[in-house]
Amino acid sequence: MTDTLVPFEDVLKDFDPALGLEVHVELNTATKMFCGCPNEFGAEPNSQVCPTCLGLPGAMPVVNGKAVESAIRIGLALNCTIAEWCRFARKNYFYPDMPKNFQTSQYDEPIAFDGYLDVEVEGETFRIEIERAHMEEDTGKTTHIGGATGRIHGADHSLVDYNRAGIPLIEIVTKPITGTGAKAPLVARAYVAALRELILALGVSDARMEQGSMRCDVNLSLAPKPSSGEPGETKLGTRTETKNVNSLRSVERAVRFEMSRHAGVLLSGAKILQETRHFHEDTGTTSAGREKSDAEDYRYFPEPDLVPIAPAREWVEELRGTLPEPPSERRARLQGEWGFSDLEMRDAAAAGALSLIEETVAAGAAPQAARKWWLSELARRANDTGVELTDVGVTPAQVAEVQKLVEAGTVNDKLARQVFEGLYAGEGSPAEIVAARGLAVVSDEGALSAAVDNAIAANPDVADKIRDGKVAAAGALIGAVMKEMRGQADAGRVRELILEKLA
Amino acid sequence: MSWIEKTAAELADALAAGETTSVELTQAHLDRIGAVDGDVHAFLHVDTEGALAQAQASDERRTAGAAKHALDGVPIAVKDVLTTTGLPTTCGSKILEGWIPPYDATVVARLKAAGLPILGKTNMDEFAMGSSTEHSAYGPTRNPWDLDRIPGGSGGGSAAAVAAFEAPLALGTDTGGSIRQPGAVTGTVGVKPTYGSVSRYGLVALANSLDQVGPVTRTVLDSALLHELIGGHDPLDSTSTTTPVTGLVEAARQGATGDLSGLKVGVIKELAGDGWQAGVMQRFQESVDLLTKLGADVVEVSAPNFVHAMAAYYLILPAEASSNLAKFDAMRYGLRVTPDGDPSAEDVMKATRDAGFGDEVKRRIILGTYALSSGYYDAYYGQAQKIRTLIIEDFNRAYADVDVLVSPTAPTTAFKLGEKLDDPIAMYLNDLATIPANLAGVPGISVPAGLAPEDGLPVGFQILAPILEDARVYRVGAALESALVQQWGGPLVAPEVRK
Amino acid sequence: MPEITRDEVAHLADLARIDLDDAELDHLAPQLNVILDSVASIQGVAGDDVIPTSHPLPLTNVFRDDVVRPCLTPEQALSGAPAVEEQRFSVPRILGDEQ
Ligand SMILES: [Mg+2]
Ligand SMILES: [Zn+2]
Repeated sequence: MTDTLVPFEDVLKDFDPALGLEVHVELNTATKMFCGCPNEFGAEPNSQVCPTCLGLPGAMPVVNGKAVESAIRIGLALNCTIAEWCRFARKNYFYPDMPKNFQTSQYDEPIAFDGYLDVEVEGETFRIEIERAHMEEDTGKTTHIGGATGRIHGADHSLVDYNRAGIPLIEIVTKPITGTGAKAPLVARAYVAALRELILALGVSDARMEQGSMRCDVNLSLAPKPSSGEPGETKLGTRTETKNVNSLRSVERAVRFEMSRHAGVLLSGAKILQETRHFHEDTGTTSAGREKSDAEDYRYFPEPDLVPIAPAREWVEELRGTLPEPPSERRARLQGEWGFSDLEMRDAAAAGALSLIEETVAAGAAPQAARKWWLSELARRANDTGVELTDVGVTPAQVAEVQKLVEAGTVNDKLARQVFEGLYAGEGSPAEIVAARGLAVVSDEGALSAAVDNAIAANPDVADKIRDGKVAAAGALIGAVMKEMRGQADAGRVRELILEKLA
Repeated sequence: MSWIEKTAAELADALAAGETTSVELTQAHLDRIGAVDGDVHAFLHVDTEGALAQAQASDERRTAGAAKHALDGVPIAVKDVLTTTGLPTTCGSKILEGWIPPYDATVVARLKAAGLPILGKTNMDEFAMGSSTEHSAYGPTRNPWDLDRIPGGSGGGSAAAVAAFEAPLALGTDTGGSIRQPGAVTGTVGVKPTYGSVSRYGLVALANSLDQVGPVTRTVLDSALLHELIGGHDPLDSTSTTTPVTGLVEAARQGATGDLSGLKVGVIKELAGDGWQAGVMQRFQESVDLLTKLGADVVEVSAPNFVHAMAAYYLILPAEASSNLAKFDAMRYGLRVTPDGDPSAEDVMKATRDAGFGDEVKRRIILGTYALSSGYYDAYYGQAQKIRTLIIEDFNRAYADVDVLVSPTAPTTAFKLGEKLDDPIAMYLNDLATIPANLAGVPGISVPAGLAPEDGLPVGFQILAPILEDARVYRVGAALESALVQQWGGPLVAPEVRK
Repeated sequence: MPEITRDEVAHLADLARIDLDDAELDHLAPQLNVILDSVASIQGVAGDDVIPTSHPLPLTNVFRDDVVRPCLTPEQALSGAPAVEEQRFSVPRILGDEQ
């Protein structure tokens, strides 16, 4: 069945969207939620499991105190109330990726509830109300074998790796977000971006959406616009839940698509099915998944193998003291200190480079220079090697040192890139790399002068043009000199010499 | 008297004195198993080789003066609901046939660390659901007092093994009486410790908030020795208490001197009367009189909410069990039944669980699923948890006036195999007197109180104490035991295995 | 106390992933009703003022330090598996979606 889509602009004529976002964040604790197995990505299959996370008969869970601490810090950063007393519960359903066929989660007693996060879209601030943030465990990872696509449907059988089973998750659930109108897709994106920034600032997760350590489920419904004149007490429409939307761009696209699709269904006189949907990155569309009935019966009950959690108020206050500066305040402060334009600031934030720039500046570099290195050379390197900027293999202190060498005229920008190559390869400090690779700019006037003479002699016609006043032609001679000097010359000084000699 | 008839304490002394070796003792028990277990069927798995190797190692330690524990070298049997590396753990179910766990339960690890050779794994009602051991998928265990009768359950295998002199010691688990009721009907001693005072890690859960591992022996002192060995905090069990488990052996020795002066004993009014076998009540009353003679002050106390204990229990247990048993789904271990055609994982799960679980297990899973369903949760599970509060309050009120509470352990002596198999309610009634202790978490013991005159079968006497006051049940139990044994002129011995 | 119908038992069996045949359903439904009848007595025994007890001990805040402990080897982890492929548990095709 193909969906009849209503153009996005037209959706708003008849409907008001309501959003609900559920974000799962994998904590970066050393061990899993309920056992001492390492919480690490990418180990060989079923090598990081024990009786507990494998759900073997007789095994029992013990709560990771560090995970509780992270949960409380997330709750506090989201302006939530921290429960005086809460419990884990069992969510019972059968699925092969779940070793016990129940998920140990929190039900009606979450550790944090009733908070908010303010996000800004095109100069307008939206307060996103947080319903709850609760603790739970991740499931194993299933690979589908046979069938065309590696997808679950049409697969012949599946293989399960339980290394991920039991990794601590915090699920953050918003209250219905209404009143965003045409900005709904942008608000959804901005919320997930802001949440990610907050999680990173807290240092409780890698929050890598592409690796699945942060995953977003997008709930969307449309309500008919209240007829004019009547004060709008609108009821929410039937919602769909698009699962595992795993990039900021996809969050925006998923909301946009579902709004168009819902409007198409509703305007045709049909009803929206309460169901889960799958998002397809390639087409930006969603397709139907499991039908969800209200009577979904997870048979929750308090986990009898665990005891209640009653965080002491002193502990909660102590943790409040460890919270980082709220991201929006920090951004405003840094922009003021650095003098960046709005665009520069947005790019730096989007690249996750704010802390790196901040540390580079602290190590003595000018803000613009720090920005330039992190967002060009190093961003390119990160992109090429598929790692985060923080893992590119160069520290802020090293960047500041390279910049010092540039400012001292020891290297030029081009040579500086070779210094970075040396840093990626672990060849020592920037100064050591310059020495070892012989990268320093040649300041020996005699050698430079001889190279300029050679270039003039080899390119008489270019030299004539310059004598005739076509100074722009000097570039060709500079290139020749630089080539002879293997890049190790100060281009400015070369230009001066050429113009002197051909004056 | 041969080695198998001695108590564990006597065997420990003989080992210490160099009068025997662990290999000799272990072999004697293995021989006994070979001779009688064909009739009794207390064991699902006997580990001849492993037990003798452990015995050998124990003897070497002792020769080197490096015995690890008083019970080092004394063999033991383990209920098949506790995980054991290298030994099958089936929980009496087809769904786990052949499963060999890759880890030891904490209590098993403690046995091994203390050097007790493990003779094998004992029979039980499937997943500990039952009071007769007839619900084992591997056939029933028979009562050494009368092979046509049940040995109690779910831990009938451990009780029968000890009653038949196949093992001096055994481990059981008690969720609603599965240690104490088999103890009562086989004439052995069984103890349910305070909830959380013995680790449950590696105990395949029936009902997590009720389960407790405990000793199964022929004497109160032996139970105390074993209880101190397995008890104490375990960081792998979140519900484990941190209070050290000590003073039990001392309490048993002190009790055996027979002086109970100053002790206040409460007879629970609600756990007697109509429907209780006359001979059971008669033996119970004689024991109460004995306690008075030993100096105790006996009064009647009322625990009005105990009448609701069984109903609450049969809602809480199936609810927790239905969730616990969900993991048996043919994906990671155990039985996998693959139906014809092109079955999905779901089809395989359903077929396996139908084929792998017995009737009683299915009954309770369905009941528990129902009790937890939305719309019924408050009326069933929620209400049962409130009853639990009322029962705890009843205990607290009673313990304000008395030191221990007593009742018959079970309403009747051992019934005939098959007699109650198709009547779940009649079967459930066996646990009437034992269930309140599990709901409240308090410790309890069953000690043999003699034979019912009408059928000549053993009767059990139950002693309950407040949470963490396990020492009291040993003191009172040992006092009663020594007075009774004196009266009988020696311990009770099951006739069927004497021949 | 409402009766559990045979259809309800079938639904519960489905929820619990047990493939009960007709004979089993016929047998089980009346038994469950007998059991439910016998436990029905607790309705109304405890009022709203009674706090439910889910656990007999009043423990709270039992936490583990975030310290790595040894895992099973993959061989141990897979030792009981009915089917193994590429060091993973091999399971039949899965019909439903993840939750
Ligand atoms: Mg969840
Ligand atoms: Zn683990």
